[in-house]
Amino acid sequence: MKQTIRSILSKHGNLPVSVENIVDSADLYDAGLSSFASVQVMLALEEEFDVEFPEHLLNRKSFSSVVEIETALDEILKDQAA
Amino acid sequence: MTAASKIVAMSLTDRAKRAAKVAAEFADKVDVEGRFPSEGMEALKAERLMGVMIRPEFGGEGSNLTEVADICAILGQACAATAMTYAMHQIQIASLADYAVDSAWHEAFQTRICAEQLLIASATSEAGIGGNLRNSICAIEVDGDTARLTKDATVISYGAHADAIMVTSRRHPDAAHSDQVATVFLKDQYTLEQTSVWDTLGMRGTCSDGYIFKAEAPAEQILPRPFAEIAAQSMLAVSHLLWGALWYGIAADAVARAQSFVKGAARKSPGQVPPGALRLAEASSLLQLVKANVVAGLKQFAACKGDSDALNAMSFSVAMNNVKIGTSQTILTIINHCMLICGIAGYKNGTPFSLGRHLRDAHSAQLMISNDRILGNTSTMLLVNKQDTSLLG
Repeated sequence: MKQTIRSILSKHGNLPVSVENIVDSADLYDAGLSSFASVQVMLALEEEFDVEFPEHLLNRKSFSSVVEIETALDEILKDQAA
Repeated sequence: MTAASKIVAMSLTDRAKRAAKVAAEFADKVDVEGRFPSEGMEALKAERLMGVMIRPEFGGEGSNLTEVADICAILGQACAATAMTYAMHQIQIASLADYAVDSAWHEAFQTRICAEQLLIASATSEAGIGGNLRNSICAIEVDGDTARLTKDATVISYGAHADAIMVTSRRHPDAAHSDQVATVFLKDQYTLEQTSVWDTLGMRGTCSDGYIFKAEAPAEQILPRPFAEIAAQSMLAVSHLLWGALWYGIAADAVARAQSFVKGAARKSPGQVPPGALRLAEASSLLQLVKANVVAGLKQFAACKGDSDALNAMSFSVAMNNVKIGTSQTILTIINHCMLICGIAGYKNGTPFSLGRHLRDAHSAQLMISNDRILGNTSTMLLVNKQDTSLLG
């Protein structure tokens, strides 16, 4: 899943540095992720995984690192399966 | 009981009203001359109102944002430049009080703010980045225990009159534009070389001149939390709410003037409804919308305060953005209504019904963080944000 997240980040994140140079736990906002780009990333993730981010995950933290994005997606997918 | 503790024992509202009385007396002069509202600001210091939001252990009163917003609204009815200077100072105080916890230097600085009633300015705008608060070109350079910073600051409101300035920059020379920190510099640690003059339509007394800012200070004066966090959780919301409060104050004074105009007309011709009466009723309804908008925003802020998840939520940002858009647009409609009611007496300077200063000051509201930028930002969030339709808060 991390690879898919990374590929979406590289396509929609509009980051000033290459995604390969960002470790999974690094802060994406510090790396230059704008709030506009974070929404674009979110929309692309929703499309890719066929999910919808619930209200409580619509915050900066959910998109602050590759790990955080994965955690959020895991939670959504688990809820959907249940 | 010392003189200071006697003052502090009185209510914030009474103290703010006394300071506002002084500010009102000089409002026209400050506006015409485009000078710093020193009388109003001195009165606020004499009323010990500069550090009220700081915790009592550092000499403050632990006041909340709603109380400070009410002071801004009271001042807004008297002199918008005094109100804006006070509001901008309080935005810095809110960041210091909440985002420099356990930093010895910043805690000692807060004690000084209360004891000496210091005025804090901010330098966020920079040549080459426009008004985007969350981007810096300049970078702070830390060399051992010393930090050095040079910033081409296009606007530093009341910069020449401040006792300290909080300046944003990139964290280090290799950091991304959005990887920022904020640093407090004291007056004797920086130089200001003026690059532009604040000669504007309104808000003339804020003296928001441009400067080349050069400073050197101990590195411990850098705020410990990333500026991204301070901006997202405090600065943007606090700005919109305090500005909204003082803008409400400007409009409220305009409505008060229009009301006394209509009253005067009613007294002259008993039994007849004066021509401006219906319009006044409309203005009053719009003013209530503005007030409700600010009050609801303050309530939401109070409910979220201290909860970083809630403050970071998209719905919170949308709500705060909406407070700014709604208040800044509606006050212009209100003051224009009041101008129609008062007619030439409102258009002319120097009458009890003059509204020129109100209208000019109010025009700044749409531009202080451009409404277009904010609407763009909100529209992005609305691509995913879910509406909260509940009236229960």
